[in-house]
Amino acid sequence: MTAKISYADVEVGTELPAQTFPVTRATLVQYAGASGDFNPIHWNERFAKEVGLPDVIAHGMFTMAEAIRVVTDWVGDPGAVVEYGVRFTRPVVVPDDDKGAVIEVSGKVAAKLDDNTVRVDLTATSAGQKVLGASRAVVRLA
Amino acid sequence: MALDQSFVGRTYPPTEPYEVGREKIREFAEAVGDANPAYTDTEAARALGHPDVIAPPTFVFAITFKAAGQVVADPQLGLDYSRVVHGDQKFAYNRPLRAGDRLTVTSTIETIRTMAGNDILDIRGEVHDQNGEHVVTAWTKLVARAAEEA
Repeated sequence: MTAKISYADVEVGTELPAQTFPVTRATLVQYAGASGDFNPIHWNERFAKEVGLPDVIAHGMFTMAEAIRVVTDWVGDPGAVVEYGVRFTRPVVVPDDDKGAVIEVSGKVAAKLDDNTVRVDLTATSAGQKVLGASRAVVRLA
Repeated sequence: MALDQSFVGRTYPPTEPYEVGREKIREFAEAVGDANPAYTDTEAARALGHPDVIAPPTFVFAITFKAAGQVVADPQLGLDYSRVVHGDQKFAYNRPLRAGDRLTVTSTIETIRTMAGNDILDIRGEVHDQNGEHVVTAWTKLVARAAEEA
């Protein structure tokens, strides 16, 4: 593992560069294929509405995959992630237009732990609503 | 319908090996728009100390969730999958997945709870490689929403 961020250089409260991730219907179709999750709530508006959703929603695991990029882009080496967990609190609703939805992710160092690891708390929102809860990663720094 | 508590602690047989392919990793990385070269460029991955290209952190979910399907589909457990949503997801990594890994998953039911008519199931998936080395553990919380009143 070769993180490009040094443990000595971060402190509790250090903010990671925030990122925004666009997601359209095309994104969801591509993710469905790559992940093997073909649940129709992620691509079929008629089905999504039948089961009580406002519209097609993004895969929770897609949002989880985007959120950790704030951490992996920061440290450089994705293999430096030791733990990663989230709670799926609200769906990311993806309308059928040219814009789709946007997931905004920020992170900050919440604790310095043993063995050069730190805990990063992540915040992910879409349309102003938190979409992940208890979203945190432990990452090993240099 | 409340699930049978006697299933807590039940472990299912390990899955057949899943071989991690470099093109599958590339496909996944492209689908999440992640251009980190450690996923697609062997030299870049080696420069970080990995023997081959590695997979993004959440890639393994496709493998562990398929394994959890053994639990979900167990007719004796009686989970109504049509009402299931994904509540929480957590991973603890010993090392990242890499191209060429042949991975097996052993799924265990950790807890079963009922809250407000919802059945809540925690499944742990232990992932090992072809040498028996632990790679990652995945915890998946599934919530089967209470059926509406007829």
